[in-house]
Amino acid sequence: MRTNDVMLQTATKVVTFIILMFAVHIFFAGHYTPGGGFVGGLLTASAIVLLMLAFDIETVKKIIPFNYVMMTAIGLLLALATAGASIFFNVPFFTHAYDYFYLPLFGKTSLHSAALFDLGVYLVVVGVTMTIIQTIGEDE
Amino acid sequence: MINLLLFPVIIPMLFGTILLFFPKNIRMQRLIAVCGAAITFIAALFLLAEVKTNGLQAVTLGSWDAPFGISMVSDLFSVLLVLTATLLTVFVIFYSFQTIGFEREQSYYYPAVLFLLTGVNGAFTTGDIFNLFVFFEVLLMSSYMLIVHGGEKPQLRETIKYLLVNVISSALFVAAVAFLYSVAGTLNMADLAVKIPQIQETGILTVIAVLFLVVFGFKASIFPLYFWLPGSYYAPPIPVLALFGALLTKVGVYAITRTYTLFFTMNTEVTHEMLAIIAILTILAGCIGALAYFDIKKIIIYNIIIAVGVILFGVSQMNGASIEGAVFYLIHDMLIKAALFFLVGIIAVLFGTTNLREMGGLIKTYPLLGWTYLVAAFGLAGIPPLSGFPGKLLIVQGGFEGPNFWGSLVILATSLLVLLSVIRIFIYAFWGTPVKTVPINKSVYNQMFIPSLLLVIITVFVGVGAELFMPLISGAGEVLLNPSIYIDAVLKE
Repeated sequence: MRTNDVMLQTATKVVTFIILMFAVHIFFAGHYTPGGGFVGGLLTASAIVLLMLAFDIETVKKIIPFNYVMMTAIGLLLALATAGASIFFNVPFFTHAYDYFYLPLFGKTSLHSAALFDLGVYLVVVGVTMTIIQTIGEDE
Repeated sequence: MINLLLFPVIIPMLFGTILLFFPKNIRMQRLIAVCGAAITFIAALFLLAEVKTNGLQAVTLGSWDAPFGISMVSDLFSVLLVLTATLLTVFVIFYSFQTIGFEREQSYYYPAVLFLLTGVNGAFTTGDIFNLFVFFEVLLMSSYMLIVHGGEKPQLRETIKYLLVNVISSALFVAAVAFLYSVAGTLNMADLAVKIPQIQETGILTVIAVLFLVVFGFKASIFPLYFWLPGSYYAPPIPVLALFGALLTKVGVYAITRTYTLFFTMNTEVTHEMLAIIAILTILAGCIGALAYFDIKKIIIYNIIIAVGVILFGVSQMNGASIEGAVFYLIHDMLIKAALFFLVGIIAVLFGTTNLREMGGLIKTYPLLGWTYLVAAFGLAGIPPLSGFPGKLLIVQGGFEGPNFWGSLVILATSLLVLLSVIRIFIYAFWGTPVKTVPINKSVYNQMFIPSLLLVIITVFVGVGAELFMPLISGAGEVLLNPSIYIDAVLKE
């Protein structure tokens, strides 16, 4: 018999978005304050795990139809490409670049290629964590 | 092209990542895996030419100055090992086509092989002690995956042991690095080589040197720490075994060689004397194992341990002849071990068993296989025109010039035992009354035999053309004996 978990599911619908927003904040704040791709990725994964706890794996698969192995591979490629871009400028591998830009809404913003590398880390962390949890969860 | 020395590390990683996208398409998996390994090999050849003409190559990642960033360094020693490792991976991938099975191929087998190559090449190329740890973990993670891949019962059992031993030794590695960092205050190997001679307390440094010997000894399987190797290497299928036997322990040997020639030279009468004694004990322990078993895989596995002992004895003597001998023998041993595992794998498939007592008479039906195996066996034992001879000769000569002439005598005596152990396979499997063999498809047999034959031909070429390779080998030995060349190139002083 399945217990009625209306409370859990309603709370989850609200809390998941707060966690996801916090993950994005942590991810972008990583350069100047504690945070970065690794914790951001773990937070995102924890939001998805909360969804899985409140609903079930099949429903969550329908909501977020990602192949997490692909996500890991894309993250690896992105990290490698960011580091490898330096090869084309004939500077040592992993040399990053940054500059200041005037963006419409944000004003003067510094954009750094390390953020792209961090995005790769983020994708790998989310992909690997979710692959582990999904594989163990679906195991008979 | 200042990033050339990184290509052997980046290319297999890139191709391994690409392979993650379509695990089920075996044809593409095979094609891209071979392409990745072959391109890596070409990059390594270019790198060898570059290092040969322009001397030692060093780059510090991220455009930082040398002791602050991660240095990647390619001298002749490391580039020769990178070249050998990549060549072997190409052959292992070819050999895998017929031996590994469709199910394994569909579950990320080739990405794991390429990531293993990334870790091995990275460990050979890095110039930073913590980065060495990271590359060790990269290759160990891939090896955990390869050893358990397929999930047969013995594999699961041995993986637990293998994993436990390596997790513990990796934790020790971190502790040893922390110790070294708190004493010397740097992690860059060239900077360590500058700082360590200035430190007065050699006592604590000797302790750290011994701790590093324990750590790398676990990976390289030296005398009291080799207990995990025979069981663990027996479990995985033959191509994986060839990859492990040829590459993994040699990374540990490389790490001992690098640390004991570059910066742990402050108290050689303790550390290097100890290394010499342990090396000889390793040889003896390996010989006992190689003679004790009637199982073809076990015999070759114990020969890995013997070779580790021989190479480390050469390293411990620290004179020109012995170091050159160690470098030559290291390269020879990587090639010949892979070749022997390939051949033994074919024999095991033909008889359907690895037990020597159930074999016989193969020379009548497969003469070429028999003579190829005999050449490989003679090469392993060090019969003159073949590849085992020049390295062992130089190591023995170095032992007589150095303080440990008794070690050279042991090496000479144990060469006979090595020969006996491998020739026993020849006598039991190829001579005697023919035993019924498992019928095997001709093209399948050829796809297994041709890589093995090519590898044996390469080892013969390395042995016969030793004079051709000697400039490279002595160039590698020169950097190991004069750390100042290494330090100046990395710190750009």
